[in-house]
Formats: sequence, C-alpha cells, structure tokens
Amino acid sequence: MSTTLLTATNLGVKRGDRWLIKDVNIALKEGEITTVIGPNGAGKSTLVRSLLKLIKTSSGEISATKGLRIGYMPQKLKLEDTLPLTVARFLDLGRHKKHQLSPDLWHRLVHECRAEKLLERPMQRLSGGETQRILLLRALLRKPHLLVLDEPVQGVDVTGQVALYNLIGQVRDILGCGILMVSHDLHLVMAATDQVICLNQHICCSGHPEQVSQDPAFTDLFGPQGAGNLALYNHQHNHHHTSHGEIIDGQHHEGCDHG
Amino acid sequence: MADFLLWAWLGGLMIAAITGPLGSFMVWRRMAYFGDTLAHAALLGVALGLLLQVNIGLAVALVCLLLAILLSTLMHKRIIATDTLLGILSHTSLSLGLISLSLFDHQSIDLMGFLFGDLLAIGQQDLWWIALSCSLVFVVLIRIWRPLLAITVNEELAQVEGINVAWMRTLLMLLVAVVIAVAMKVVGVLLITSLLIIPAAAARRLSNSPEQMAVLASLLGMLAVSGGLALSWFYDTPAGPSVVVIASALFFILFSFPRTSKDA
Repeated sequence: MSTTLLTATNLGVKRGDRWLIKDVNIALKEGEITTVIGPNGAGKSTLVRSLLKLIKTSSGEISATKGLRIGYMPQKLKLEDTLPLTVARFLDLGRHKKHQLSPDLWHRLVHECRAEKLLERPMQRLSGGETQRILLLRALLRKPHLLVLDEPVQGVDVTGQVALYNLIGQVRDILGCGILMVSHDLHLVMAATDQVICLNQHICCSGHPEQVSQDPAFTDLFGPQGAGNLALYNHQHNHHHTSHGEIIDGQHHEGCDHG
Repeated sequence: MADFLLWAWLGGLMIAAITGPLGSFMVWRRMAYFGDTLAHAALLGVALGLLLQVNIGLAVALVCLLLAILLSTLMHKRIIATDTLLGILSHTSLSLGLISLSLFDHQSIDLMGFLFGDLLAIGQQDLWWIALSCSLVFVVLIRIWRPLLAITVNEELAQVEGINVAWMRTLLMLLVAVVIAVAMKVVGVLLITSLLIIPAAAARRLSNSPEQMAVLASLLGMLAVSGGLALSWFYDTPAGPSVVVIASALFFILFSFPRTSKDA
C-alpha cells in the first residue's frame, strides 16, 4: 500500500457568510494522481490553496506527513518587466539546500520539459506553454513528495495540453510523487488520473475516473454534452446546468445538494 | 577641496550605494508610491524628534516603520484601493508634519532643508551615522537577498517553498524606513523616492540579472550624486534637486539608446 501524504477532513473555507468550499474530505497518496474537476467558481483553487496553507480555513483539519515537501505550480506567473530574470535564475530560486535532484535526474527532467534551450532566456519572453513547463520544472526541483498543480494547462494550446498531461504522468513515474491537479477540462485529464474529485462547493462525487463518469452527480455537474463525451451512460436529468454549473431549472438531484 | 564638500560627497556616495539595491526592490515590487508615502511621513518624524528631543534620524525611522506596518495592515484588509489609500495617507502625513513643524520656532527649523535636502550641511558626525546605517542595511540586505528575491518573483510560490513571506516583507519595509531616514539628508522628504527609483529604473536597461541591476543602480546613483554636487558647486543650484535632475538625465540618456541587451 502506498502511504498517505496529506489528508483533509471536513475542510471548509468561509468568506463573509458564504462557504467557498464545505465539508471536503480528501486523501492524497504517494504515486497517485488526484484530479479535482468542477465548473468555474466551484472552489477548486480555494481547495488547493487551503491545502497549501496559503489561505485560512474556517473549519476542518489538514494533516500532512512529517517533513512533507510540496512542489507547487501556481495557475499563472505574473512577472514585472522591470525584473531582469533568466529562466535558469528563476529555477535556481526554487532550489533547496538539502533536497536536490541528482544531476542525472535534473538533466532528464530538463529534457522532458524541453527546457534546454530556454534556460538563458528572460522569463518575460516565454510563451504560455513554455512558462507552464518551466513552472513545472521549478516545482520538481525540490524532489517533492507531493506535486500540486493548479490548472497546469492554462494558456496552452490543445496539442500542448496533451503533451503537458503526458509529461505530468511521466513525472509521477520518474519521481514517484503524489500529484494533486486542478482542472476544468474533463476529457484530457481523465485518462491520466487515478482518482477524480468533482467539486462544486462540496464534493459531488469522487473515485476512479470510470466510476465517476458513470455517477449521476457527475452528469449533473457537467451537463449531458460534457459528460456524454466521456461516458455512454445515459442519465435522465431532472435539472440542468449552465456551462458554469449553475442549476437553471428542475429540482435537486438527490444526494447532490448544490449551494 | 573644502571639507564640507568632501563630507557631502562621501555621504552622498554611501547613500547612493545603498539606495541602488533597495531601490531595485522598490521598482520590482511596484513600491514607488508606497515609498513616497513613507517619505512624506518622515516630516512627522522630524517634528516628533524635535518635540521629544531625540535623535531625528531615529524618530524618522521609527515613524516610517510604524506607518509602514499600519499601511500593510490596511492594505491587507482591503478597505479601499491601495493607491487611493496611499494617496490619502501620503498627503495627510505630509500636512501633519508641516503643521507640527510650524508649531516650532521658525528660526530654528530649516524646513526647506527637510523638504528638499541639505547635502552640503552634512558634517563629520553625520557621516558616521550614515556609514553605520548604510552598512547595517547592506548586511541585512545581503543576508536576505535570496528569499527577498523569491517573494518578489512570486509570494505564494515562495511561501509553499518555506519562506516566511510576511517577515520578509516587514524586513524590507524596515530597511526602506532606515534608508529614508538617512537619505533625507541628501534629497529631502519630497525627493527621496526619486533617489530610490530613478537609478534603479535607469539600470534596468543595461541589466540581465537582478544583481547586475542592483549594482548598476548604485553606480548610477553615485554618478548622479557626484554630478549633482558638481552642478551645485559650480552653478550654485540647490544640491538635492540637482542630484535628482542628473539621475533623470541618466535615465533618459540610457533609454534613448536602442535596445542592445536582448531583454531590456
């Protein structure tokens, strides 16, 4: 059995009198890719940021194994033009004194991320896809036990997205780390995932991709088109969602209490 | 060369040397307006120092630091847009400073000196203070350079990587407060930010790394101090504004050249 790296129980984040996320239970394991999917505004980033302790939680507990090293890839990186910084220097800033990749592994990851030719370039001169690959590389520098990726394919074209997800899968195999990934894209993610969590303020459903794609709550969350491409399962709807996941008519599906 | 000119020159050089790296951070972190607000509050520090009869530099640094902490708390609470908040506090503190200074005997206070600097009034005693403060700031800056750079690139990334972001931010503000207290001598509270921002901005055009930019900013600042002092000596212009004008001239000269470095 692989070890559990991080668990959250009954996690909730409240801003004002609105719960951004509520009653979230999650367990992240070594060598396992967990993907959080959900519509815009479902609280995906909130969940990730609270697990990273970047924001205060209002309820619940987070426990991590002792000495857990996390590699984090933020959604985007906004760098001031006034800061002269090459890619190599940017990567160097993330280096850990003690925990470093072996030179072999480093070269391999640089190669996998196709970063050799980028190293001397200024950060501000990278394209969207290049930036994402460099951010991923920086997250890997500390030989993390857990890799947290917030919408890793944002701003990357479709072919690039497939390549990036493949790369993430490879990274897992090379480092053996656990991965928590956020996405609002259903199709590409599913194949490379061990555990899917559908979030819409609370966890609507979770489990193995195939299992989840058959779950009525999943179809509810993403609508017939979104889910239909994944599963042939035909589900009778009693309510509909807009593309943002809001329910536009009908009663609530049992077991899935939105809002 | 007259002694007082030498003191002025040496003092100016030391301050320019330290405003280089610190000013670079202010440029990178978009703190220009923030620095302006702190500098204006320095006048309140002067009044406080005179009132309590303590070292003026110390009082200024203390008031700047208190305001810096107040500012970051208010910004964090997001009561109102940051630039509006800075606009309010900047001019309020300047006005409060002017009012409190007006309560003192007019003869004993050189208001123009506080506002625009009095470089030529630097004495040997001042020089020791400047040397001490500048080396202190320099040592701290060297020690926290890497984490400070990391939080400047991305605060969340730095925090996940184990850097105490809040502490680093406070330290940076502390350093800015100390430098304002010292640099006031050279260019006065109204022009301090220019000494921090202009050489750093000018250095950007020639730099490919943060360290390069910091060192170049120091050198350009030192050039500006020397040029401004010369202007003041030969043409009897006010020293502080002359330094600023020379710094700006350097900035415009550097930026009028076509880009040579690949990323400027």
